[in-house]
Amino acid sequence: MSNHGMSVIVRTVTRFVYGLIILFGFYVIMHGHLTPGGGFQGGAVVASAFALLLVAFGSAGLKGRLNLHWLQSIEEVGALAFLALAFLGIGTAFFYNLLANSGGFLFGASVPAGANAGVLNAGGTVPLMNWAVGLKVMTGIAAVAITMLIGSKKEETE
Amino acid sequence: MRKAILFVTFLFVSAFLLLGVAEMRPFGQPAVADMDDYFITNAQGEVAVNNVVTAVVFDYRGFDTLGEATVLFAAVVGILALFRKPKEDER
Amino acid sequence: MNIGNLPFIAAALLVAFGLYTFLFKRNLIKLVIGITLIEMGVNLFLVTLGYRTGGISPIYTYAPEAQQMVLPTPQALTLTSIVIGLATTALLLSFAVFVHRHYGTLDIRKVKELKG
Repeated sequence: MSNHGMSVIVRTVTRFVYGLIILFGFYVIMHGHLTPGGGFQGGAVVASAFALLLVAFGSAGLKGRLNLHWLQSIEEVGALAFLALAFLGIGTAFFYNLLANSGGFLFGASVPAGANAGVLNAGGTVPLMNWAVGLKVMTGIAAVAITMLIGSKKEETE
Repeated sequence: MRKAILFVTFLFVSAFLLLGVAEMRPFGQPAVADMDDYFITNAQGEVAVNNVVTAVVFDYRGFDTLGEATVLFAAVVGILALFRKPKEDER
Repeated sequence: MNIGNLPFIAAALLVAFGLYTFLFKRNLIKLVIGITLIEMGVNLFLVTLGYRTGGISPIYTYAPEAQQMVLPTPQALTLTSIVIGLATTALLLSFAVFVHRHYGTLDIRKVKELKG
């Protein structure tokens, strides 16, 4: 694999598509409590967009855009946010859902029983945990992909 | 000789797998479904979530998700530590 | 349509193929492929256990009325298992990269001879 990535066709299509892939991943994370999907799946979709950028442009095209230290910091922030949300209901039990059905502003609405059209502002800590886990998975997999590409490239030059 | 032993082992284990399939109960009829029926009935009232799988992952069985997040974190940290550039005085 | 016990047979065949790859191949990458095949067989078996005949997916958004749903717990645990499998596969592949960098080969017999 060269340092400058793949051909012009691949690079042009990648420029058109990668924003849409990232948008779709964030949609899957945001609607994780209403539709199929969730934090893990949406994070994997966003990480696949990063991997596509990496393959199309090579490691030289990523210089200055994605920093490994930043990615690792965001991953740790996601993990700590997940733990903090789990500790939020420690008064009753670990992982107790304190915000659900509280009627408050933050995801506190109730859901009608049976099949319905979906209430976005419901679920308590579940959508927040979706966001935390989504951040963690997308940055974690992107960091792994970048590290493995750069590491295997160093081997060829030596 | 070694290959023969390996082949016998492979045939033995595969035969037991297929034997287990032959004794399996019919597809589409779970043996015990009480806990899952409770989740399906009460997820909308207790967690206020339409997606029952998400309710199970993040609320009823949060401990499993915590352990899984820990495994993913450990794997990412291990890979980053493996591919780290060695400093000049460590060579 | 009645498909009988075909999903269980498919899961058993996946595990058997993975076991064959794991026992008879010498290349480290192929060993990783074998481990992944065994993993996929186990995941398929778990999802298959939770299926109810005629059930819909356990999601209430625009669901058809008065239909029974498949079991949600095996699906949730399979989701956990898939992510753990991804982490394990990434770690195994990076170990393979390091073995190739250090010994210049991926054959485990040659790696054993070159030890030291």
